[in-house]
Amino acid sequence: MKRNLVIIGGGPAGLAAAIGAYDEGERDILILEREPNLGGILNQCIHNGFGLHTFKEELTGPEYASRFIREVKARNIEYKLNTTVIKLSGEKRVTAVNETDGLMNIDARAVILACGCRERPRGAINIAGCRSAGIFSAGTAQKLVNMEGYMPGKEVVILGSGDIGLIMARRMTSEGAVVKAVVELMPYSSGLNRNIVQCLNDFNIPLKFSHTVVDIKGNGRVKSVVIAPVDEKLNPIMDKAEEISCDCLLLSVGLLPENELAKQAGIALSPVTGGAEVDENMMTLSDGVFECGNVLHVHDLVDFVSEESAHAGKCAARYIAGKIESGSERIKIGTFGGVRYCVPEYVYRGKASEGIGLKMRVNNVYRKVRIKVVADGVEIAGKNKQIVTPGEMETLSLTAEQADKLKNASDVSVGLEVK
Amino acid sequence: MTRIIVIGAGVIGCSVARELAAFDAEVFVFEKGNDVAVGTSKANSGIVHAGFDAHPGSNKAKFNVAGAKLFPALSKELDFPYKNNGAMVLNFSPEGTDKLKELLAQGAENGVEGLRIISGDEARELEPEVSKDVYNALYAPTSGIVGPYEMTIAYAENAAANGVKFCFNRKVDSVVKKPSGGFIVKADGKDYDCDAVVNCAGVHADDVNNTVCRQKEKIIARKGEYMLLDKSYGYLTYCTLFQLPTAMGKGVLVSPTVHGNIIVGPTADDVPDKDNTDTTVDGLNKAFKLASVSVPALTKRMIITQFSGIRAHSEKNDFTIGESDTEGLFNALGIESPGLTSAPAVAKYLSGLIAEKYNLEKNPSFNPKREGIKQFSSMTDKEREEIIRKNPLYGKVVCRCEVVTEGEIVDAIHRVPGAVDLDGLKRRTRAGMGRCQAGFCTPRLMEILARETGRKMTEISKKGTGSELLVGKTKGEKL
Repeated sequence: MKRNLVIIGGGPAGLAAAIGAYDEGERDILILEREPNLGGILNQCIHNGFGLHTFKEELTGPEYASRFIREVKARNIEYKLNTTVIKLSGEKRVTAVNETDGLMNIDARAVILACGCRERPRGAINIAGCRSAGIFSAGTAQKLVNMEGYMPGKEVVILGSGDIGLIMARRMTSEGAVVKAVVELMPYSSGLNRNIVQCLNDFNIPLKFSHTVVDIKGNGRVKSVVIAPVDEKLNPIMDKAEEISCDCLLLSVGLLPENELAKQAGIALSPVTGGAEVDENMMTLSDGVFECGNVLHVHDLVDFVSEESAHAGKCAARYIAGKIESGSERIKIGTFGGVRYCVPEYVYRGKASEGIGLKMRVNNVYRKVRIKVVADGVEIAGKNKQIVTPGEMETLSLTAEQADKLKNASDVSVGLEVK
Repeated sequence: MTRIIVIGAGVIGCSVARELAAFDAEVFVFEKGNDVAVGTSKANSGIVHAGFDAHPGSNKAKFNVAGAKLFPALSKELDFPYKNNGAMVLNFSPEGTDKLKELLAQGAENGVEGLRIISGDEARELEPEVSKDVYNALYAPTSGIVGPYEMTIAYAENAAANGVKFCFNRKVDSVVKKPSGGFIVKADGKDYDCDAVVNCAGVHADDVNNTVCRQKEKIIARKGEYMLLDKSYGYLTYCTLFQLPTAMGKGVLVSPTVHGNIIVGPTADDVPDKDNTDTTVDGLNKAFKLASVSVPALTKRMIITQFSGIRAHSEKNDFTIGESDTEGLFNALGIESPGLTSAPAVAKYLSGLIAEKYNLEKNPSFNPKREGIKQFSSMTDKEREEIIRKNPLYGKVVCRCEVVTEGEIVDAIHRVPGAVDLDGLKRRTRAGMGRCQAGFCTPRLMEILARETGRKMTEISKKGTGSELLVGKTKGEKL
């Protein structure tokens, strides 16, 4: 089978990318989605707060998704559900399986990876203790509660103050469970501030910063967890440990871009984001393969995913139409002063006909800073912020004129200047 | 017909039962857990040891070498994963050379083929990630790796296919000798009559033995903690890397698994509770630190999970295998490493003893072949196309990390003995064993398990009664 554009993933990133590509003139698009519905993780995010940027209103996850699904359907963009991509070759051959088509080999002119991310499991953070029932990642628990209608526990401790953990603290409480504590290793939360207020403070759920879980007890089912404060080096102080009885431990300890397909295809990944390295067209270093959404880098707002993905879709369509010059010289955007990463990592040299959006995350909490882009030692764009935190992604939009300076400098970097 | 009760459905119990099935006898396996391979057999290094460690003349040496030789053919006959990857014992100092030479001589005496001492540079040429501090190493080309629970399950399925009855959730309390000959096995308040008993109760084999035999035994529970690394670090080693052994065991190893992960461990700590398989901060740190001595490139970021297993260490520091002082009660006791390697030989030996004693005829309908669950992930695209056409459930990927399809899940549930819980599914199909550690597939696996076994979602457990995953419905839902 031959297709112009194959989009892997029918979640918020894949949907927006498909619409973006269509609206740029591409008609031969196929979305492959492994779940029985389009919408991805939004389907289980029944809380509100989605769409404030895009639609200027507060939507639930399924509502937000449905607006994009409607647009995809209105354009008659083809999609296949219950379809899992099992292979991606460097030559843009996509191998997928489902029950009705069997095994499909699809040769694509362009591929957009929009496969989202997965949760970091317990094993990856080396918590010792029992291996009993009652230990779930927060997203798994969210699916069980919101989509299947089951409770994974009655007395809950949550490790990690990522957004899903915060949301689940409120959700479990509203379903009658008691959330005894949210425990966070760092001295700050990796979640959005509004979620700490609305999900913990409003329900009097204690948030313990600089604490971690050091043991899980229980035979068969979790009976308690032991938590301890940590020192500056994040080592637990065991003589201050305390045991909390509970039947459930939820983990919200980070999201990891799911880049197994990109790895298979030999696409270069960033060790910082876990996603591919991309240029301003969201194209990876592998010609004709694009990435967007949480598979590229983990976002905190779906609005930004949609925006980024629409851009990726548009660029993929241009690529297929031969309107993107690939292979010309590119320059890497460096980082300094507390900025962990910047997406895109690269820009092409040449004339900028439009602006470029930069997204970045910082490595700590900083107050009174200026985020700035420096080209050959001169600031070409920037903005002041009262506070930046690792939990909130920062963006900087460059005008076409600023982008032009970026694309023609010999040394460019993005960073923080602490005032 | 001679009735034999095998106590314990670990690798020893299941292999003994399978070899007994080759004779005309009525064989039962009593297991306190709800599945096979739920004790030591599910949590060990998965190594087919070459046989140079054990003291010449010991049962460990005898059964290790004999057992290891059976693996290539047996793994094909029973269709379980086995690979001959070779092993090295790393030595870090000139003084250790004598110890390596001792091992070499011991191996030669035990009948291990192909052993040789190689220089540090040769070791690094074979395995580039091995530490630059390695002075020299003993290379054992016959060493291998095996899927320990897959092997146990394979034995069990073949035993069941040949008439062996598996009785799960049946905990033996005691064995009583009948004055008229034979035994009463008491389990969960009921009496079960039989002619012979084979005690394969692992860490609890001493408890079983001590209820009926004059010669008392003591099993020391020796915990070993492990870490498993993501498959993307499978390049770290092809060989199994040991360090010079200590009094507590073979030391910490770094080895590939048959599935392409890297396993790191085990520690060796004697513990009071035979069933406590909790991991500990100290244990994991220790294993990691020691393993890093062999392979300095190890980092904790590579780890996807941790587990621990309990070795059944006998005070005698050797296997006790054969008829006990109580006629008709056969022991396989103190089966710690190299127990997994020895299992095929132990089973042959014990079944032979029993057949001889009870004049058992050969079972004319015995079929030694077993076909495993067809693994979608290791099929060619052509095979995949074909199997989906025959059974569309193979087109539905349930576990995305390990690429396990619903077809395999359903197969695993309906086998005998089949998977009854999530851990059972995991051991049979690898669903949930990948890098997300069942984050995505848990709800889906539970649904399939509930559907196929006619149970409610709330009855689905991780590892049997008391480990149900859900505590009830949400407010709006009726149970």
